[in-house]
Amino acid sequence: MFDKNELEKIKQKKEEWEKGTLEKTLSKRGEQRKEFTSISGIPYKRCYTPLEVADLDYNNQLGYPGEYPYTRGVQPTMYRGRYWTMRQYAGFGSAKETNARYRYLLDQGQTGLSVAFHLPTQAGYDSDHPLSMGEVGKVGAAIDSIEDMRVLFDQIPLDKVTTSMTINAPATALLAMYLAVAEEQGVSWDKVGGTIQNDVLKEIICRGQYIYPPKPTMRLTVDLIEFCQKQVPRWNSISISGYHIRESGSTAAQEMAFTIADGIAYAQACVERGMDVDKFAGRLSFFFNCFTNVIEEVAKFRAGRRYWAKVMKERFGAKDPRSMMLRYHVQTGGVTLTAQQPLNNIVRVGLQTFAAALGGCQSLHTNSYDEALCLPTQEAVTVALRTQQIVAEESGATLTIDPLAGCYLIEEMTDKIEAEIDEYIKKIDEIGGTLTAIDQGYIQKEIQNSSYRFQKEIESGDRVYVGINKYTMEEEPPKNLLKVDMALGEIEAEKLKKLRAERDQGAWQKALDHLREVSKTDENVMPAVIEAVKAKATVGEVCDVWRDVFGEYRPKEFI
Amino acid sequence: MTIDYAEEVLKGSPRAVARVITWLENDDERAKACMEKLYPHTGNSYVVGITGAPGAGKSSLTDKLTHHFRSNGLTVGIVAVDPTSPFTGGAILGDRVRMSELTNDPGVFIRSMATRGFLGGLSQATGNVVKVMQASGKDIILIETVGVGQDEVEVMRIADTTCLILVPGLGDVIQSMKAGVMEIADIYAINKSDLPGAHQLCAEVTNRLSQDSYFKKKAWTPPIIQTVATEDIGISELLDSITSHRNHQVETGSLLEKRRERTRQETLQMIHYELFRIIKKHLSENGRMDKMIEAILSNKENPYSLMEQIVSECIRLPGKS
Amino acid sequence: MAEKKIKIIVAKPGLDGHDRGAKLLSRIFAEAGMEVVYTGLRQTPEMIAETALQEDADVVGLSSLSGVHNYFFPMVVKTLKGKGLDDVLIVGGGIIPKEDIPDLKKAGIAEIFGPGTKTDEIVDFIKKNVRS
Repeated sequence: MFDKNELEKIKQKKEEWEKGTLEKTLSKRGEQRKEFTSISGIPYKRCYTPLEVADLDYNNQLGYPGEYPYTRGVQPTMYRGRYWTMRQYAGFGSAKETNARYRYLLDQGQTGLSVAFHLPTQAGYDSDHPLSMGEVGKVGAAIDSIEDMRVLFDQIPLDKVTTSMTINAPATALLAMYLAVAEEQGVSWDKVGGTIQNDVLKEIICRGQYIYPPKPTMRLTVDLIEFCQKQVPRWNSISISGYHIRESGSTAAQEMAFTIADGIAYAQACVERGMDVDKFAGRLSFFFNCFTNVIEEVAKFRAGRRYWAKVMKERFGAKDPRSMMLRYHVQTGGVTLTAQQPLNNIVRVGLQTFAAALGGCQSLHTNSYDEALCLPTQEAVTVALRTQQIVAEESGATLTIDPLAGCYLIEEMTDKIEAEIDEYIKKIDEIGGTLTAIDQGYIQKEIQNSSYRFQKEIESGDRVYVGINKYTMEEEPPKNLLKVDMALGEIEAEKLKKLRAERDQGAWQKALDHLREVSKTDENVMPAVIEAVKAKATVGEVCDVWRDVFGEYRPKEFI
Repeated sequence: MTIDYAEEVLKGSPRAVARVITWLENDDERAKACMEKLYPHTGNSYVVGITGAPGAGKSSLTDKLTHHFRSNGLTVGIVAVDPTSPFTGGAILGDRVRMSELTNDPGVFIRSMATRGFLGGLSQATGNVVKVMQASGKDIILIETVGVGQDEVEVMRIADTTCLILVPGLGDVIQSMKAGVMEIADIYAINKSDLPGAHQLCAEVTNRLSQDSYFKKKAWTPPIIQTVATEDIGISELLDSITSHRNHQVETGSLLEKRRERTRQETLQMIHYELFRIIKKHLSENGRMDKMIEAILSNKENPYSLMEQIVSECIRLPGKS
Repeated sequence: MAEKKIKIIVAKPGLDGHDRGAKLLSRIFAEAGMEVVYTGLRQTPEMIAETALQEDADVVGLSSLSGVHNYFFPMVVKTLKGKGLDDVLIVGGGIIPKEDIPDLKKAGIAEIFGPGTKTDEIVDFIKKNVRS
């Protein structure tokens, strides 16, 4: 990027500075630490110069927004055209309570919805299943049937909002309910927009909400992708998630690498199904974490965009530019929040939001400061949403595209992270692909080792965490925490009892039988699932059909 | 109120079984009295060893086999062994994860154990733990070995039938053949047989076995079973071959011979271990051990003559002055 | 007599899948010389208690991040007692509001370790309070 003579002069000057001005200070007083590293362990140099980016090939490595390799962003105007979608993940208690919070958030200027389901739904059990005891409505909304789904979106026009649903192994059942409710509202499927997580591999790697063994669960994933491609064209049929990989302790580069490895596995599965890469790849979306080290996060996003574009172009032979774009949602880092001095979390989330904006995300969820303590209260949710609005409107991050480009440090770190991603992908290919790497525990062990290293750094004090190992203080226990009524379990169980008694038994049985038959063949299950949920089959009943047909996954633990 | 643990074990109390196993692991004195009472009630169950490299799917196979045994109306005891870290002395025992469903089945008793420095893929107490489970009335005992290294031959001494689990793509099979692990197997299971490389692995093992039988005639030819444990494929075949191996051993009398040899080894080992314990205790109590070590290090003594001296002090046997 | 080792069950009751802490602690406990039985996810109180019984565990460590501790932790204590396991040390951790701790202790949980607790502290507590 620089003239050779110019670089030589810079180098000379740098050496002079090191021997002169710098040495003088260092001889009097050393630096705080021998090594300076990011939270992911990437070493930092003392000071970055054009020498670090001397080999940068601008047009090929960075290029322009909206053009290959998309390092600078996936759209040509980015936030100058439109801000990211502000989408707060929310859900607790009954469908009715959650519907009220959605309507509140939309009133406050939120632009998209994001459904949190309670754990029984995520694990494919009804609220009255023995394993659901104590869990009903706890970390999300209790959605058992189409009737709950109808209440959840009461007075929310499904052609006006886009909805993201965090649901994986039972994704087909929940999308079926959503589509059925849209139909009831008179909204045709081609007008329905949103995202469903549908990423079962990361459930096996780290999140734990799996139901079926890898092969059949991947089949359901691909069924959903294939169905949406044909019938729900505006729907992002998968959200390949690094968020939880990072939460479970990975580094930034590992988060990106393992998510891309999962992405490759899904794309491969779709190709094997006979789908044309340019027909589905544009609807593969991603979901990442964002920690507090702004530079490292921005570099991660840029490196990820560049690497994914190459993967799609070179490995899968994609031709449509949309197929090569890494479009993603971001959630700020849940594990970065502390239960100690919880108000400090507002600052953390602020920096993370800033990083997500500088990194070029398409949509964003900001965590509430009280989430290390309980479910977020309305007050904390409002502050979180306002944080996004402040960054968008006041910080200047949105005034230009990819503002940090050209920063010596950012460019070097982008290259470094991309190289690390590449190393991991090659290693995983060597092992025999993502599924084999998961089966052998390679990915899980890499994550756990990082998690362990971080914990040791915190405990030894090598890495400072405010309020945890430094600047601690005595605190009053927090008050006014949001709690879910324990009686909700019984209320939901009552509702289910009524539903089961009152539905048309013949239609219900027929629909489930049909689903069972289809599941045993290669046919796409989606139409049969939609038929079943319309006949008021519950999430648990649909999932039980597959428990019978596919069996249940039991994990290996690699510690 | 004192509990007669042996009596409770014989009644099948899982609590008592668990406690006696702990005593065995800790070399607690209370174990010996208990074992004396339990011994007459051992030997009635059939013991199956499951060995193979880490990642071969031993826990999954153990889990699936147990389900099959249970549906045949048999009760099962499982001993799952994991390695103790030589650096910390601690261990992570993770085998139960794959057997979660069995936890609530009263016909199944699972015990995880750490090797605690014992080599050969098992822990020192494994043999006795199997006996306690036998005495408690379990029909089948499954032993799942550690699965690290290539010297997992201990299980052969304890088990009536030993299954070696192989998987495609996990290291060099020829390597294990050299190390002698292949020879201990009565049954080979090629697990994850839906993976690429399974056919080749199967061919390699078949080839090796036919070579072996050419050099050394054997009455039993180990069958090779292809399984996919996670999908419950090939498990009934595995179970059938365990049964035929058992029948074969009963018919030919080799089971009796195996158990005779095992009893011989065990008895000798127990004597060996007890003598070692007594002498070690004796030497460390009066500080003599430390003095001996110092004497050896400073070249005043050598370990060989010291050994002679100590042994003749402690043991008087006819024919040995 | 061979050295006695502390045997600890690390369990995740309920449907919560966040096992980073449980796995990390399993590793830390093993490094502290303990024998750690990791149960995996989705454990019912009955499964946890039965595991403790069969393993003759000295300690049961429960981890929960989904807000179900008030339901599950006391249930585990009750089920353990029901099996006659009175001297097993039971500790818990995860996202647990301070105001819930007194009731959990009353129910028989020896100690609750919140987010940010030093792992040494947990190890020390167990070593000091485990049955001899």
